[in-house]
Amino acid sequence: MPQLHVENVTLTFGGLNALTGVSLTVPEGEVVSIIGPNGAGKTSLLNCVSGFYHPTKGRITFGEHDLSRAAPNVVTGFGIARAFQNLELFRGLSVVENLLLARHTHLKYSLLDSLVYYGRASRREAENRAYVERIIDFMELEEYRSHPVGTLGYGIQKRVEVARALTLAPKLLLLDEPMAGMNVEEKEDMVRFIMDIRREQGVTVVLIEHDLGVVMDISDRVYVLDFGQLIAGGRPDEVSADPRVIEAYTGVAETPGSAPQPVGA
Amino acid sequence: MTAPVSQGALGPDGLGDVTALTIPQLLARRAALTPDAVALRHKEYGIWNETTYNAYLARAREVAAGLHALGVTRGEKVAIIAENIPAWVYMELGAQALGAVSVGVYQTAGAAEVQYVVDYTDAVVVLAEDEEQVDKLLEFRHELSQVRRVIYVDKRGMTRHEGDDWFLSFDALLELGRQQPSDTFDREVAQGRPDDVCHFSLTSGTTGAPKAAMLSHRNLLFMGHGLGRVEGFRAGDDYLSFLPMAWIGEQMMSVAVALANGVTINFPESTQTALQDLVEIGPHFMFAPPRVWESFQSQVYLRMQESYGVNRALYGRLLKWSGDAADASLSGRKLGAGLAFKRWIAHWGLTRPLRDQLGFLRLEHAYTGGAALGPDVFRFYHGLGVNLKQIYGQTENIGIAYVHRDGDVRFDTVGLPLPGGELRITDDGEILSRSPAVCHGYYKREDATAESIRDGWLHSGDAGRMTPEGHLQVIDRLSDVMKSAQGQSFSPQYIENRVKFSPYIREAVAFGDGQDEVTAFLNVDPQTAGQWAEKRQIAYSTYMDLSAQPRIAELIRQEVEVANTRLEPHERIARFVLLYKLLDADDDELTRTGKVRRRAIREKYADIVNALYDGSEHVPVHATFRYQDGQTQTVNTDVIIHRVTGAASAAPHSAVTAPVGARA
Repeated sequence: MPQLHVENVTLTFGGLNALTGVSLTVPEGEVVSIIGPNGAGKTSLLNCVSGFYHPTKGRITFGEHDLSRAAPNVVTGFGIARAFQNLELFRGLSVVENLLLARHTHLKYSLLDSLVYYGRASRREAENRAYVERIIDFMELEEYRSHPVGTLGYGIQKRVEVARALTLAPKLLLLDEPMAGMNVEEKEDMVRFIMDIRREQGVTVVLIEHDLGVVMDISDRVYVLDFGQLIAGGRPDEVSADPRVIEAYTGVAETPGSAPQPVGA
Repeated sequence: MTAPVSQGALGPDGLGDVTALTIPQLLARRAALTPDAVALRHKEYGIWNETTYNAYLARAREVAAGLHALGVTRGEKVAIIAENIPAWVYMELGAQALGAVSVGVYQTAGAAEVQYVVDYTDAVVVLAEDEEQVDKLLEFRHELSQVRRVIYVDKRGMTRHEGDDWFLSFDALLELGRQQPSDTFDREVAQGRPDDVCHFSLTSGTTGAPKAAMLSHRNLLFMGHGLGRVEGFRAGDDYLSFLPMAWIGEQMMSVAVALANGVTINFPESTQTALQDLVEIGPHFMFAPPRVWESFQSQVYLRMQESYGVNRALYGRLLKWSGDAADASLSGRKLGAGLAFKRWIAHWGLTRPLRDQLGFLRLEHAYTGGAALGPDVFRFYHGLGVNLKQIYGQTENIGIAYVHRDGDVRFDTVGLPLPGGELRITDDGEILSRSPAVCHGYYKREDATAESIRDGWLHSGDAGRMTPEGHLQVIDRLSDVMKSAQGQSFSPQYIENRVKFSPYIREAVAFGDGQDEVTAFLNVDPQTAGQWAEKRQIAYSTYMDLSAQPRIAELIRQEVEVANTRLEPHERIARFVLLYKLLDADDDELTRTGKVRRRAIREKYADIVNALYDGSEHVPVHATFRYQDGQTQTVNTDVIIHRVTGAASAAPHSAVTAPVGARA
């Protein structure tokens, strides 16, 4: 069973430690959230997992695969897909075109096949489209199928971004702030999608999210980063009661006798 | 079933008198005559899938046998809560084949409403499309002990109910049916009689809880056959089914008209994609309530507003030409050569391409009903070349009992009865109708039945009159007609419709019974008014904020002034408020079909209504919002009373006031 293991990972940019000795485990089939204040190193950690950065020290494994030095396309091949915080979509292409394009690594036919087109190439393209249509159905994007992505609302674009990651048929899905900038209704929809992705498709989900209400509701496990260090980890209720976490979020240690002060007071 | 008839006596289509059959018998006959003709089409995963009559019958057979195996017997009820999908009609026809009764439930209804309907109609099996509908039933599971099984279509999210034998998937029901002896269906269908009750349709209930009208095969097929005869529908014509199937308007088209005339029913991919799917199908006829026609028109209007100047000017000119031509033909005049030429230019320059864009190119007949449609909207469609007709009827006589005949369309009437229908207007001005389509009464509501159906005459509760051409003209609900303090009567609905013609006004509720002046609640349209505001860089956050913008108020004031010029002095709106929330069926302010619940609104917003008449400048409001998840939020706001200049003053005007009926 593939599990994601992050072992003692340190990431250094010219003397600055973005991550310091971070170790965590993502068991298969769980929704695991990584939270922490801005600049805590959450996105850096995802970048290490998805192969954009390579850890300075430490090791990242997914099942039997070592991700520590793997390039992003190799990581994708292991069944890890990522939805980006800043949408990585072709704004001029339609939703369906974006999704078809995202799946090109799964298209297996030769140059010769594509020149002939009929036969293997057209069959593969049809299978591909059928797969993409199932994702469109799953993410309820039928209405926007042929709309250029750039013309869609931000909340819908976010949904397309998650759909794009899903077309890769991942075993592990990395979601970087999928709900940022959404209204309440859009957030509720996204929460429902994440739960369905896990439940119906059996995909493991790593989630970075600022909305603590959402995180506590849907996560099986929460890890907290602060200044590049893992300061807590465990079940949502354990983590939210942890004084170090409260300190990291409010900037004030909640010790008996000293009432926490409002931020910016 | 009727005795076997020789082929020659069955008429050109080989069906014979369809009103002498039950709906499942008619399906079986169609499947025997044209097994490979397309009965249904459904878009799924981006592809239109076809279902032939043969396959349609096969599914109905499987459902019937499956329900039989679950113990459903003659006269029992099967409720259906689903969007427009083939499983809806499979379930309906399958249940009817057993002599059971299908019950349509609005898919947008809340859990309590679903519970009420399922409980009141004694449904023993419920088809719930997906997790969302299943959850509504689960919420009241302990109170629904008579429900033996819940059949679901969409498996998504249903894994958590595995092992719970209250649930059965639709596929499993079909499989169960295939395992049953194959003669169940034929045996049961042969026992059906045309006057058996086969479907319950809920009446919209502008007052009180919904009642279930008991419809028979003959009721439905009489209407379907009659409309087909008047309009000349052909087998293979296309129809797009996108309004709630629980509504009589969709039921009569997708089941009665479809099977009586061999029309192909197209189910869109989802409710949200219906208008895109419409363009792909290009139906031959359409039925939609006024709000749908209004929304098409405002879409066109909006897109033109965004266009560049030359284009807009050209559009305006050609639209005027086509509108002038429509005016002439709608009032029965002959077109002069000049106007005919202008219409020809407009046809190729504007209206034909526009119809193509909207998916109306093949549209031969279009219907509106359920509420009045503004003359200007009517004129717009006729200018476009869409043969839009006003129909009139109730749930109790299968939706369409009156329709215009081709070439005899008037925007202020609803035409003539269907062949075989009779019309009478009582001394109080109430419209009474009688025909074989009049239903068998209301389920478990003998009191209400006795009130509305007497000697086969359906008492509509609507005020109406006959025009010199013999058309029926509908004025308003008999109980809604109001009288001003000066004793002049007026129809609030008529006023509301005039105001709602503005693309910026979504909903209107007029007041003024026993008062000197007419006032109104208005809802600005969040899309059009929102876009108007954005274009002028007016920042707003919520709907409430948008409605409170002074420049929006100014815009609406101008729109009301325009509407006032088309109203009689005593009907003119003197003051209005922009309501801070959209009227919503979930808050009991509208019916599920979108009609205003006047009394409920008056009670709920009594403070604001009073402020409209006591000379206040504004009124403080303690607004409570209820979200779909049940949470509530309270906001304090101030609703401003806007005054309209040039409206009628309290002083009595000249005696030139036409009776209400003149232009309803």
